[in-house]
Amino acid sequence: MEIDLAALASQLVVGISRAMILFIVCAGLSFVLGVLRVPNIAHGSLYMIGAFSAYSIAMRLFGGSSAGFWLALILAPLVVALVSLVTERVLFCHLYEREHLMLLLFTFALMLIFGDLVKIIWGAEYRSVSAPDLLRGSVSMFGASIPRYNLFLLIIGPLVAIGLWLFTNKTKMGKISRAAAVDREMVGLIGINVSWVFAAAFVIGCCLAGLGGSLVAPTVSVTLGMDHTIIIEAFLIVTIGGLGNMWGALVGSLIFGVTHSFGVLLWPQFAIVFPYAAVVIVLLLRPRGLLKSVW
Amino acid sequence: MFRGIIDLKSLWAIGAIFFILLILPPILPRFYTYILALIFVTSLLAMSLNLVLGHGMIFQFHHGVFYGVGAYTVALMLAKTSLPIWVGFVAGPVAAAVVGLLIGWFCVRLTRLYFGMLQISLGSLIWAIVFRWYSFTGGDDGIHGIPMPPFISSLNSAYYFILIVLVICMIALYLILKSPFGSTLEAIRDNPQRCEAVGVNVRRHQLMAIVIATFFAGIAGVLFVVLERSVFPDLLFWVLSLEICIMCLLGGWFTFAGPMLGAAIMVALRTFVGIFTEYWTLILGVILILLIFFLPEGVMGYFLEIFKPQAKEGAERRGE
Repeated sequence: MEIDLAALASQLVVGISRAMILFIVCAGLSFVLGVLRVPNIAHGSLYMIGAFSAYSIAMRLFGGSSAGFWLALILAPLVVALVSLVTERVLFCHLYEREHLMLLLFTFALMLIFGDLVKIIWGAEYRSVSAPDLLRGSVSMFGASIPRYNLFLLIIGPLVAIGLWLFTNKTKMGKISRAAAVDREMVGLIGINVSWVFAAAFVIGCCLAGLGGSLVAPTVSVTLGMDHTIIIEAFLIVTIGGLGNMWGALVGSLIFGVTHSFGVLLWPQFAIVFPYAAVVIVLLLRPRGLLKSVW
Repeated sequence: MFRGIIDLKSLWAIGAIFFILLILPPILPRFYTYILALIFVTSLLAMSLNLVLGHGMIFQFHHGVFYGVGAYTVALMLAKTSLPIWVGFVAGPVAAAVVGLLIGWFCVRLTRLYFGMLQISLGSLIWAIVFRWYSFTGGDDGIHGIPMPPFISSLNSAYYFILIVLVICMIALYLILKSPFGSTLEAIRDNPQRCEAVGVNVRRHQLMAIVIATFFAGIAGVLFVVLERSVFPDLLFWVLSLEICIMCLLGGWFTFAGPMLGAAIMVALRTFVGIFTEYWTLILGVILILLIFFLPEGVMGYFLEIFKPQAKEGAERRGE
C-alpha cells in the first residue's frame, strides 16, 4: 500500500499533539492515583467542566478575542481546582479509610452528578471556542500543512511534563506527596498533615484535567459526553503506562495518540480500534504496564 | 456475610412473591409488566456479577461486555440466520462464557485494581469493534426488530418466559454458592494467602467463577433480546458495567438477594424519576453518595442487620 509521505507526516504531528492533551489529562489522573490510590472516574467530568468553563470565559465574557483565550487557559483550570477542592473537603476526605471499590463508586457518583450539573448550567448544545489569532491557520512543514494550534500543543505538552517533574522532585510539597504515595502512615507519623497532602494532590491532579479541557476546547466541539470518551482513554493510558507513573502516562499517551492517527490513515472506519488493540498488546506483554508503578 | 440456610419462613416468603409475580401480568397495565420484566433481566445480570464481586471479591469492572456479547450473539443469529431458535438461545450464554474465559484468562494473573483496569481495556476493545463494525453489528445503530418465535412474541408470554428462566438461574446460582466451590470462592475472598497455602488453586477458582458469572450474564443478555427485540452498543459500554456494580452495592453485595433488590431500585428509579425530570443521573449520584456514607452494607444488608441480629453475630463468629 502506498502512503503519501506528506499525509503521514501531518497525521503524525496531529497524533502527537493529541497525545499531548491526553498526557496532560492522564498525568493528572495518574498523580491522583499514585498519591490517593483512587482511580478518579470524575476526572473526565472535570476535563469537561474545564472545556465548558473555557468556553464561558473566552466566548461569553470576552467575545472570542485572543486575550479571552489566554485568560481562559489560566482561569478554567482554576475553576476546576475550586470545584475539586470543595468536593474533596466536603465529601471525599471522609472516605479515605474505605474499601477501594467504594471510593471508585464514589467518584462514579461524582461523575453522574457533574455530568448533569454541566447539562443544567451549559445545556446540551454543541459549543465551540475559537483559537487566538496567533494560533490560527497552518504552517507548511515536510510538504504538509500543519495547523498552528497543533504545534502550540506540541510545545505545551513537554512544558507541563517538565513542570510536573520539577514539582514532584524539587519542591517540598511534591516530595511529601511522593512519600505519601509510598507510605502514608509514615508520612503521618513524622508530623505531616496527610489529609491536606491528599487534598493538595487531588486538586493539582484535577487542575491538570481542567487544563487539558481548556486546551482541547478550540480543536473539538465542546459537548456533553466528552467526559465518557476521555476517561476511558485516560484509564487505558494510565494502565499501560504503569499506575501512578507520570512518564508512563507520557509513553502511554504517545502510543495511544499515534496509533489512533495511523488508524485514521490506514483504515478510517476502524481507527478507534487501533489504540485499543495497541493497549491490549502492551498489556499482554507487560500486564503491569510499561514503566514501574509507584505502588 | 449472610449465607443463611433456607428456612421454612423464607421459603414461604419466596413462594408468595413468586405466586404474586405469576398472577400480576393480566392485572397490571402493559407498561408495568414491561418494567417488571426489565427488572427481572437486570436482576439476573446484577446477581451474576455479584457471584464474582461480592462472593469472590474479584473486581469485575466490565461485566456489561458479557451481557452485550450474549445479547448480540442471539440477536445476530435470529436476525441473520435461519437456525432454530434454541440454537441462538444456547449460543448467547456460551459465547459470553467463551469471551469471559478469554478475558478472564488474561485478567486473573493480576489482582484487584489492576485486574479491573485490564478488564476495562479488553472490554473496551470489544465495545469499539461492535461500535464500528456497521456491516456486521449495525454499528452505533444496533439491530432492531429482531424476529421472535410465537411462544414469546407477546409481552405477557415474554414476561413468563423471563420469570421462569430467572427462577431457574437463581436456584442454580444459589446451589453454586452453597456448593464446595462457592465456599472455596468465599474463602479466597476472605484470605487468598491462606487458601493458597492450604493448596487451593486460587487463580483457577477465580477463572471458573468468572466463566460461570459471564455465562449467567449471557443468559441475561438473551433475556434482554427477548424483551426488547433490539440490541445496541451501549450494552457493552463501561457506564453500564459500573451501574451493575452500583446495583450490587446498593442492594448489599454480601447478601444473596441484595443485587436483585439493587437492580429493582435502579430500574424503578430510572423509569419513574425519568418521567418527572431529565436529570435522573443527578438524583442517582446523590442517592449513591448518601448510600456510601450512611449504608455501606447496602439496603438488604441494612435490613438484615435490623431484623436478624443473629445472622450478623453468626457472620462475626465465622469471620474470627
